[in-house]
Amino acid sequence: MYAKVVHLRFPREIVNEPIVMNLVKRFDLSCNILKATIYPRKEGMVVMELSGNRKNYHSGLKYLRNLGIKVDSISQDIKRNEEECFHCGACTAVCPTGALYIERPEMTVAFDKDKCSACELCVIACPAKAMEVNFDKGLLD
Amino acid sequence: MAKTIAEINEKIKKGKAVVVTAEEINDIVREKGEKKAASEIDVVTTGTFGPMCSSSAYLNLGHSKPRIKIGGGRAYLNDVPVYTGIAAVDVYIGATAMPDDDPRNAVFPGAFRYGGGHVIEELVAGKDIRFSATSYGTDCYPKKSIETYINIKNINEAVLFNPRNSYQNYNVAVNLSDRIIYTYMGTLQPNLGNANYCSAGQLSPLLNDPYYRTIGIGTRIFLGGGVGYVAWNGTQHNPCVSRTKNGVPRVPAGTIAVIGNLKQMNPSLLRGTTLTGYGATLSVGIGIPIPILTEEILRFTTVKDEDIFTQVVDYSDAYPQGKPDTLGEVNYAQLRSGKITVQGKEIKTASLSSYVKAREIAETLKNWIKKGDFLLSEHVADLPSIESEITFKPMPSKSVKKV
Repeated sequence: MYAKVVHLRFPREIVNEPIVMNLVKRFDLSCNILKATIYPRKEGMVVMELSGNRKNYHSGLKYLRNLGIKVDSISQDIKRNEEECFHCGACTAVCPTGALYIERPEMTVAFDKDKCSACELCVIACPAKAMEVNFDKGLLD
Repeated sequence: MAKTIAEINEKIKKGKAVVVTAEEINDIVREKGEKKAASEIDVVTTGTFGPMCSSSAYLNLGHSKPRIKIGGGRAYLNDVPVYTGIAAVDVYIGATAMPDDDPRNAVFPGAFRYGGGHVIEELVAGKDIRFSATSYGTDCYPKKSIETYINIKNINEAVLFNPRNSYQNYNVAVNLSDRIIYTYMGTLQPNLGNANYCSAGQLSPLLNDPYYRTIGIGTRIFLGGGVGYVAWNGTQHNPCVSRTKNGVPRVPAGTIAVIGNLKQMNPSLLRGTTLTGYGATLSVGIGIPIPILTEEILRFTTVKDEDIFTQVVDYSDAYPQGKPDTLGEVNYAQLRSGKITVQGKEIKTASLSSYVKAREIAETLKNWIKKGDFLLSEHVADLPSIESEITFKPMPSKSVKKV
């Protein structure tokens, strides 16, 4: 079982493509959509967790890329500004996936990007404004 | 054997003082016993870092040519309004002030990304701050408006003055309602989704000197990365509350007002802070040295997280409505473990104050004292303690006649 959260950016021409159905049907993958938007110029954005057999996962990704969809790992869009973070831990209370957690006994706040679902709850909860989520930046170059 | 502060200072000057943090003291006492530890240890250092809303600074900006009387006019630092009701060129900025055009909670929850606390942080960081003012003009102060940049390096005085900091203990905040709430204790998820607390516990200054035996008016402290002083008791100082038998309050109790030269402070320990849906504030780093004058004073510093209890309060109803109800008592060892049980439900805990920074501050202060860079001061007057008969007064509710 292989699972990864990916960030897909669609050019306007294929925003109507039934990609989720194809990923399920043709590649036997599970798709858990965490976030989806269509922007004013009709480009699309989806954040989803893809899971299944590793080989199928890679074939699925290839299918997406061949369609012209830009596929990125979620970790490129979520950043913690290390200089701003003062390690209080307020974010750990709202993080639903445990990507932000306390390391004991040091009491430092750790961030495991691989577990992040990009829900952005930490952005709201962070008193230091240290969490940065940049989906909209570099929309479709 | 009792020591005096003068004797401890002599040892500090010679680089011979024995200084440990409020965390380290526990192992030492376990190993050596109280009597031996009290004679060997000279100073125990404490630390805390967290949002402290009653924080502020006053600045003397110098006189423009021609002169402008800012006093009685309106003035702004980076669009954040400052208080001008003092003298001609003194201004006072509070940590929670917001720009006039900030939407606040009109778009809920308000973002509160930039307020007075952020201005103080940028000022300390040595950044240029845009200053604008308008006034009415007088014969001796003819100028009516001004717009310029100021910098901490070239204004006459910049003084941090915080009327209430370093709360001795604080509530644990939870949310019993079915919607998310945004409070000064952070974002609280519905139906007991999380519990937020805000104290350095065993490292916190006033929890290590619960009756204020050594911390008083005039005590020299670590403030915002520099040196400051305890100026007075803090506002809402409330010593006469229920305490456990080690003297530690079970509810928010004592507070201190602190003062210090902003020019020698550090922006990493004075941080502009945002509480979504609530407001902007300043997170302040404070460390207080406790001179081990007697065995009893040493015993107070050995307080551990598991000995410090606090109340779980519902911030969806009890707190906003001013009801005294609590949902039970927990200790800081439980809070710091990551989960507590409230009404039979296990819930996740998180802190708003930084234990990492609190520890850093206690360490830094320890090293300053060890190196002889920081001497202890005798306090000149006591803070009101348990014999003061202070009571915590609500705002009077009276009907006002309309004319």
